[in-house]
Amino acid sequence: MSKNIATRESYGNALKRIGGENKNIVVLDADLSKSTKTAVFGAAYPERHFNMGIAEQNMIGVAAGLAASGKIPVASSFAMFAAGRAFEVVRNSVCYPKLNVKICATHAGVTVGDDGASHQAIEDLSIMRSLPNMVVLNPGDDVTAQKAVEAMMEYHGPVYARFGRAAVPVVHAEDVVFEIGKGIQMSEGTDVTIIATGILVAEAVEARATLEKEGISVRLIDMHTIKPIDTDIIVKAAMETKAIITAEEHSIIGGLGSAVAEVVSEHAPTKVIRVGVKDTFGESGKPDQLMEAYGLKAANIVEAAKSALGETVVVEATK
Amino acid sequence: MKQNVVELKATANTMRQDIVRMVNAAGSGHPGGSLSAADIVAALYFNVMDIDPKDPKKVDRDKFVLSKGHAAPVLYTALANRGFFAKEELLQLRKFGAMLQGHPDMKGTPGVDMSTGSLGQGISVAVGMALANKIDGRTSRVYTLLGDGECNEGLVWEALMAGAHYKLSNLTAILDYNGLQIDGSNDDVMGIKPIDKKFESFGWNVIEIDGHDMDAILAAFESAKNETEKPSVILATTVKGKGVSFMEGDYGWHGQAPSDEQLAQALKDLGGDC
Repeated sequence: MSKNIATRESYGNALKRIGGENKNIVVLDADLSKSTKTAVFGAAYPERHFNMGIAEQNMIGVAAGLAASGKIPVASSFAMFAAGRAFEVVRNSVCYPKLNVKICATHAGVTVGDDGASHQAIEDLSIMRSLPNMVVLNPGDDVTAQKAVEAMMEYHGPVYARFGRAAVPVVHAEDVVFEIGKGIQMSEGTDVTIIATGILVAEAVEARATLEKEGISVRLIDMHTIKPIDTDIIVKAAMETKAIITAEEHSIIGGLGSAVAEVVSEHAPTKVIRVGVKDTFGESGKPDQLMEAYGLKAANIVEAAKSALGETVVVEATK
Repeated sequence: MKQNVVELKATANTMRQDIVRMVNAAGSGHPGGSLSAADIVAALYFNVMDIDPKDPKKVDRDKFVLSKGHAAPVLYTALANRGFFAKEELLQLRKFGAMLQGHPDMKGTPGVDMSTGSLGQGISVAVGMALANKIDGRTSRVYTLLGDGECNEGLVWEALMAGAHYKLSNLTAILDYNGLQIDGSNDDVMGIKPIDKKFESFGWNVIEIDGHDMDAILAAFESAKNETEKPSVILATTVKGKGVSFMEGDYGWHGQAPSDEQLAQALKDLGGDC
């Protein structure tokens, strides 16, 4: 494994690389280009980088106009503002007319850190997933983040992609296959399935190692695409393992956990336990402190897995 | 072929007749703000804009975004009369399964350049279209029709800032300044005056006209084309419900359909057949 890298860095690097090949790509930012890393693209291609100022609704509207004119606009801001502030413009001017707009949102989740709750989007996957015509991507490491940027440019239509601020481990090999709508099965397993997304994939890898040491066979899936959700891989896991644990740096309401529970309850009822932010706002702190405080660590996934497998009493007794 | 002033006036009148017929047939819709904009939209579709009904997606066409999307009837009648689709479609407005949705849908209706309806978004999209023309070196122009009540939306002002910042002289907004919105007059609901100074201070070239004077409308569009530094806004003073005696100046006709009897009176006012 190479050194840790934030997925926003991966995004910025991929954007510059792909933007060099595809001159139709135009990048918009809302006065955060150094943080979102679109400045990396901007430095290389200033004539295709447009700062729209602190006006995210207009940034998305302008992106829609560019897309309606044949460009491939990539609009970036923090997830809070790209998905939250601009929501209704995304709905009516991007998704309804199915325009080819790529919304690349950084600083998602509680690992935004010190800035605190006002800037920690934990609802974006939920609200973006609810929009017809929207594809929702949430890659968890450098390899999949870069491949996600490649894949979104190949796809014609609205895409919301979520990237993080904090440096995270690289969990995938360079040659991993990334396909929109297809989860990546990282290990076979027969006892429990862990379906993780975004930066919680790395935590899930750690959780799997711990569980395997204790003799629990874990099927690990990186669900980088929240929508369209990979129904087949979920149903298979539900039928071939005893329980499913979902893990996301997002509210347990409406994101990956909900998407998985929807599939499971309709096709193959199985116990699903959701690891995520428990319907509460975040706060200031260091990423690691917050991950721990909000129950997003490998240990929380381990606990959920044991609980699902019927070791509930033991876990509760230790508290 | 470009229509002259006499022809444009006749076309605008035909469009007004279509509007009241459509909204009557639909049983709901927005006649007031469609009638106020009829002269402006007639000028755009039958004289000003470079468009081809046989090739509605032509890359270098001029584009029109109906930012006040609720005035869909005025756009639909312009498109139908210009030959983008059959006039029979007009009477299917707002009906289940029909092509003509309550608010413009670019996916389903030939000639509609942008889906609109949620106020403030159209002008923002128009800024993006004008920016795309500039990036790609096209001389095509972008037009967008704003409502005065719509100027209550913060997004309008974000878009105005961006249009001026990027010097989009290829963009012309028209304000259908009829002074009325759903709950009453602009002055009573949420004052927008002095709207001319607001646009000016946002860096736009402001042209003020009587929005029912066809000569003035054409001259204003020509003047906007000659502006090379700033986007232009035509402040077109209009009468809501223009041409229909009982609708003129009455905000109650913002979003209400005329009954059959009222339709007969409206068509009589407009010199048409019942």
